[in-house]
Amino acid sequence: MCRLKFQMAAPFLVLSLVLSGCATTDNEQAIGGPPMSERGSASATDEAGIATRGAQGAQPFQGTELQNPASPLAKRVVYFDFDSNVVKTEYMPILKAHGEYLATHPENQVIIEGHTDERGSREYNLALGEHRAKAVQRILELNGAAKEQISSVSYGEEKPLDPGHTEAALTKNRRALIVYHQ
Amino acid sequence: MKLTWTRALGLLMLLISKQIPAQLTIQITGGAEGALPIALVPFRVENGAATPPEELTAIIQDDLHRTGLLQPLPHKDLIARPSALEEVHFQNWRALGVDNLVVGALASDPDGGYHGYQVRFELLDVYTANRLVGKRYRVQPTALRTLGHTISDTIFQALFGRPGGFNTQIAYVEIERNTDQTVHKLVVADADGHNPQIILTSNAPIMSPAWSPDRQRIGYVSFENGRSEVYVQEVASGKRRTVASFNGINSAPAWSPQGNRLALTLSKDGNPEIYVLDLATANLQQLTHNSSIDTEPVWTPNGQQIIFTSDRGGSPQIYRLPSAGGEAERLTFEGNYNARPALSPDGRLLGLVHRKDGKFKIAVLDLQTRLTRVVTEGPLDESPSFAPNGATLLYSSVLGSKSELATVSIYGRAHERLGVFSNTVQEPVWSPL
Repeated sequence: MCRLKFQMAAPFLVLSLVLSGCATTDNEQAIGGPPMSERGSASATDEAGIATRGAQGAQPFQGTELQNPASPLAKRVVYFDFDSNVVKTEYMPILKAHGEYLATHPENQVIIEGHTDERGSREYNLALGEHRAKAVQRILELNGAAKEQISSVSYGEEKPLDPGHTEAALTKNRRALIVYHQ
Repeated sequence: MKLTWTRALGLLMLLISKQIPAQLTIQITGGAEGALPIALVPFRVENGAATPPEELTAIIQDDLHRTGLLQPLPHKDLIARPSALEEVHFQNWRALGVDNLVVGALASDPDGGYHGYQVRFELLDVYTANRLVGKRYRVQPTALRTLGHTISDTIFQALFGRPGGFNTQIAYVEIERNTDQTVHKLVVADADGHNPQIILTSNAPIMSPAWSPDRQRIGYVSFENGRSEVYVQEVASGKRRTVASFNGINSAPAWSPQGNRLALTLSKDGNPEIYVLDLATANLQQLTHNSSIDTEPVWTPNGQQIIFTSDRGGSPQIYRLPSAGGEAERLTFEGNYNARPALSPDGRLLGLVHRKDGKFKIAVLDLQTRLTRVVTEGPLDESPSFAPNGATLLYSSVLGSKSELATVSIYGRAHERLGVFSNTVQEPVWSPL
């Protein structure tokens, strides 16, 4: 697994590093694991009274990769600053994982939902939400996802996660969501 | 006596819905400076007429006060209760500094064949001791509120020489958040917030209602198909059609002055841009071309230009360009957030959402002097919309867990709440005359 430190401010410069440094990453190996049937606990006892017995190994996650809570793919939300569609560098590893997952799973599709907080005007926020969704979409594409796998929709400020007016609510609402088709 | 006898038959025909919102309160939250002093004497109830269900003078007083151009005398300061010119001692009213006096009476209608009223009123000039207007109406009890607005219109026209527009309507979006679902409603109500009628209910968001110039249709944005699409609905029949459902955003409808075209925001080619859609031919013309946000178009009254919001300069600001296409000119320079432009009916003033001290407030930009005046306190005020008389701005704001529709006068800064709602109310827009 490729691990880069994202300390640079310019997201596109960071992106190019991601692309060149991680092109061969195969994160399927990191998850998965052998199926249950190959992992028995057969026991044997020899004449000298020596008994050997297998022990259950640490259980790897058994669901699909997308359902693994330990995978970066479990993270599907990108949060934004006010009136900004700049994807912060802390979200690059997550978006890289989704982009690469989509690249290796061409049968999967996602919708990117763009949302804003309630401040400012609604129509401007609808457009801003779309810019946020498109920013996330571009990064997924740069990481290998095909255009046809991704669509985007903006809800502006119309679907807040938290309808409250506190700073915490506003922070939660300025988001883009990656939603996988069922 | 030279009264104008008007039989307002139209008023009799009006069917007034009974959906009066329980939460509605009228509250005057600011005084008006420099407004003309006027006194409204409660209309006398004559010859055994039943007490009317609506206090006519209260309706008129609220209408006139809301303009910020008139300052009604408080009821407790009324020195006499005349009901006609002949009963008025003008010198007493002059001493109070009142310019104009409104008097009148309600009587039961002797030959109406129903439980109606005859209503007469007079607008008097206190200094010349003359009658400026006198009118008489026959009306059903259910139409008294409408009649009040008609009398307000008559008074406003007589004093200022232009229509008051008190018998107009507003549209707004109301959101009811239940634990299991959120219900979005598009509501049409009288201009003073009374008589709300729901014209659309949806589980998905509704945005940006826009009245056609003839008040017969409302354009709006609905997310009922999972994304923003633009609809046009006939107000009277409820019939509607989709007018824009391209890929991406379909939003921000604005009617051209002739009502035959809609300016819209579409992102069908990847970025939010402003287009003009011909409603008859479905022909589309793209007006903006750049990678930034361009949205919230409004037409100038002559239809020659479009005013809109763009962040092409790095922050949202207001711009103007020819409606036939051309170069955009930036109009706002004060502050780093100016959006949602609304033009006054004469095209001289621009209402907008303006960020100041971290709060979102309504401001008015004079397009001739280029001066900006902040007229509300925030912190989350939005959707300014001019009254057809050009004197009042309607907007929505957040009050803790509640929200309100309010008006503010652009002249005297008279603030008035049309209603405080436990549901969320947003995007009020005032109909044309």
